[in-house]
Amino acid sequence: MLINAVVNGKKVSWEVAKDEMLADTLRNHGLLSVRTGCDTGNCGICTVWVEGKPVLSCSTLSFRVDGKSVTTLEGVSKEAAKFAEILTAEGAEQCGFCSPGLIMNVLALARELKTCGDEEINHYLAGNLCRCTGYMGQLRAVKKYLGVDGR
Amino acid sequence: MRSVGKAAKKIDGMALATGKPSYTEDMVPANALVVKILRSPHAFAKIRSVDTSRAERVEGVECILTYRDVPRVRFTLAGQSYPEPSPYDRLILDPVVRYVGDEVAVVAARDDKAAAEALRKIRVEYEIYPPILDFEQAQNGGAIHPEENLSCNFPIGLQAEKNVASSQTIEAGDFSGELAACAAVVEETYYTQAQAHAMMETYRAFSYLDSQGRLVVVTSTQIPFHVRRQLARALQLPAGKIRVIKPRIGGGFGGKQTGAVEVFAALVTLKTGKPARIVYDRRETFSCTTSRHAMRLKVRMGADTEGYIRALEIVTLSDTGAYGEHAPTVLGCVGEYTLPLYNKTRALRFSGRAVYTNKTPAGALRGYGATQGTFAVESTLNKLAEKMNLDPTEMRLKNIIKEGETYLTGKGVPLGSSSLGRCIEKGKELIGWQEKFPRREAASNKVRGVGMAVAMQGSGIANIDTASAELRLNDDGNITLLLGSTDMGTGSDTILAQMAAEVLRISPEKIIVHAADTDVSPYDPGSYASSTTYVTGNAVLRAAEDLKQKIIARGAAFLEIDPEEAEYDGETVKEAAGKDPATAALEGSGEKGITLAKIAEQSVLGIGRHQLTGQATFGGEVSPPPFVAGFAEVEVDKETGKVELVDYVAVVDCGTVINPNLARIQAEGGIAQGIGMALYEDVKYSEKGKMQTDTFMQYKIPGREDVGRVRIAFEESYEPTGPFGAKSIGEVVINTPPPAIAQAVYNAVGVRVTDLPITAEKVFMGMREIVHK
Ligand code: FES
Ligand code: FES
Repeated sequence: MLINAVVNGKKVSWEVAKDEMLADTLRNHGLLSVRTGCDTGNCGICTVWVEGKPVLSCSTLSFRVDGKSVTTLEGVSKEAAKFAEILTAEGAEQCGFCSPGLIMNVLALARELKTCGDEEINHYLAGNLCRCTGYMGQLRAVKKYLGVDGR
Repeated sequence: MRSVGKAAKKIDGMALATGKPSYTEDMVPANALVVKILRSPHAFAKIRSVDTSRAERVEGVECILTYRDVPRVRFTLAGQSYPEPSPYDRLILDPVVRYVGDEVAVVAARDDKAAAEALRKIRVEYEIYPPILDFEQAQNGGAIHPEENLSCNFPIGLQAEKNVASSQTIEAGDFSGELAACAAVVEETYYTQAQAHAMMETYRAFSYLDSQGRLVVVTSTQIPFHVRRQLARALQLPAGKIRVIKPRIGGGFGGKQTGAVEVFAALVTLKTGKPARIVYDRRETFSCTTSRHAMRLKVRMGADTEGYIRALEIVTLSDTGAYGEHAPTVLGCVGEYTLPLYNKTRALRFSGRAVYTNKTPAGALRGYGATQGTFAVESTLNKLAEKMNLDPTEMRLKNIIKEGETYLTGKGVPLGSSSLGRCIEKGKELIGWQEKFPRREAASNKVRGVGMAVAMQGSGIANIDTASAELRLNDDGNITLLLGSTDMGTGSDTILAQMAAEVLRISPEKIIVHAADTDVSPYDPGSYASSTTYVTGNAVLRAAEDLKQKIIARGAAFLEIDPEEAEYDGETVKEAAGKDPATAALEGSGEKGITLAKIAEQSVLGIGRHQLTGQATFGGEVSPPPFVAGFAEVEVDKETGKVELVDYVAVVDCGTVINPNLARIQAEGGIAQGIGMALYEDVKYSEKGKMQTDTFMQYKIPGREDVGRVRIAFEESYEPTGPFGAKSIGEVVINTPPPAIAQAVYNAVGVRVTDLPITAEKVFMGMREIVHK
């Protein structure tokens, strides 16, 4: 079926299968920051925004975004780079495989969270698994990015 | 120092952090065939017949391969230097299947759908055997590997008919006599569970034939050179016809020190001549690759009246699953990385067996036996200290090996460096040991306890693993650093560039790192066994030194001075300033100098030139241990047994810290995985041998709300054989959480959990038993 959507600010008309997942559709169209780490909606790596809200693209059917706006990391590269600078200065990106999903949620968090204590940040990002870093460095980077000390 | 010791950003950091295409799957050619595997539903069976005829008729199917289509030569997937100590017990496809998930057939098709449909249409008849699932019973069951062409390169104590993949014994002193003479003795049996690597990028590879008809395999691996050798043997192809390329890796943790998917893609490419790709899903990654060897460890430890440990024995049984990847070496490391810790012993005994079972194979996982051994030995020491009324930190300070000392089974080689004593002192201070040990009541039904443990590891494999490095001065004055090691996110490419930059006195930005491609890279076993900083680092150090001398010599030749009189500052080679100024003025040599850029240019342009390269190979005679002192504070709910980790302090001795930021993240990440092993992670099987924990739903790895507060501190020592005094850090950091947390729980509520993980249920049941006693 044909869907019309706005992906990273550009209008697209894409042919998708009925049971196709958004993660696959986006990847097939060259948006390679979109990747998956599980089959069960647990890791958060595949996070993109639909209508500005974080969703798991691995478990969102592509036809559901018909008529909607979709944003991937490629679409927010400037803001992402700002956070990534802080993350790398902290040494807190290791293999980097979890980064796209993390960044999409961090940027959403920056918009949405009113109070940014350690607990609130960790709670907001709880769905983003990372096997490499142990999370502490990511937390330090998020706090620096938000300009809060987190306590 | 200018580069070493600086918190330089990772050279690939921004690309990785911003999701740039860098990984294997981002590079797959569009026309690559999709490869999928048909897997055994039975834990132990023989294939009676396979009917692929209906599957072959599925539109888009390219080929279906079974055991009839593969060479009958057994090999190992263990990534180890040749000759590998792991048994050659695998075929690419075998008529006998030995665990639920073992490979039965390989399907290659135009797309996922066709491949999936073909899988459904293959008919297999099995002759089902009773599986052996309990590793403690494995030696009494029927042989899992009765095949005649099973072989190994060394005597590793293999007894296939008894399902023993490997066995060994190390002994020094009169154990029974010494133990009998001890004032206090404790013994305990421990069980450590299978743990999954759960790296975020699952296993994946693609392959194609290049313009010369050679097989190219691009794969997310820690071991490109070992993979090439495995493929050569498994596919019966000359190694020179194979090229293995490693792009960025989305995490490894030892999982990718064992071959997995490469051979299936390669087989399809060889059969069809077409590009092929294979990507394991999360289920396959959990259930059809490897996990940490589950073990039973029996420890006896005795001390004299003054608290000196005099006798120590560890008896280990290790579950290697259906195949023996890393079976002998992981087993050996249980003793190798625990016996040296306390060197006041007068008798040591280590014995162990690794047994085959009909479960997912075990393999290398960060810590590699040391983690299991540390849990057992450290928990026993904590118990002994309590029995003797000694503070466990004091008991350790009394007993630990110190710089320059030897240990009983260490062949007289003195320890080159250690700050473990300082690590313990510092950790006590950071966690607040004096105030908190052993317990404090928290809220009404909660109690807090603290516990600690120490651990060691190695830095590379002494006398076996040897790495090379090459540096090339390019025409533009930049320097290419060619490596065969495999940065899997740790930042090893960056720290190796920092080392080269330090020697060459240039900025690390001038160094272009290339790794790894078996056609281009100098030989390196790969990144495992905590080797890259130390082994590859030593090679880089020497290669850079080699290049530096050549730069000076070339510069001096251009200046027409003696190299001895030349001075190099990273930018220019000039006549040494040390010369008597009057003579220098007379000769006019004070002015003489040639820039590095000019030397570079002049070395490649024109007739009779010779491009400058530096090269070195390093293999260590020792494997200097890094050390960690880990301290845990937990809060236990007395009503439910739930354990919350409040604080974790790890103080690390990795010698000189080459890059403090990257070292810290390595430590934080390793501690988190250790916390996972202590509290959450557990690979489980059904009664029929099917892995039940094959998704992140059932297999819980720590999330960010689970790890609590983790604090890392460094107490540097200086390792005389290390590059700039450095030792490893990658593995040692995973070892302390299980015993430290177990002791903290014990100190809180009196329950000693000896089988990991420490679940609320076990703590709760333990508390109930105490009440009922
Ligand atoms: S891929 Fe894991 S949550 Fe989507
Ligand atoms: S950096 Fe590797 S999973 Fe997060």
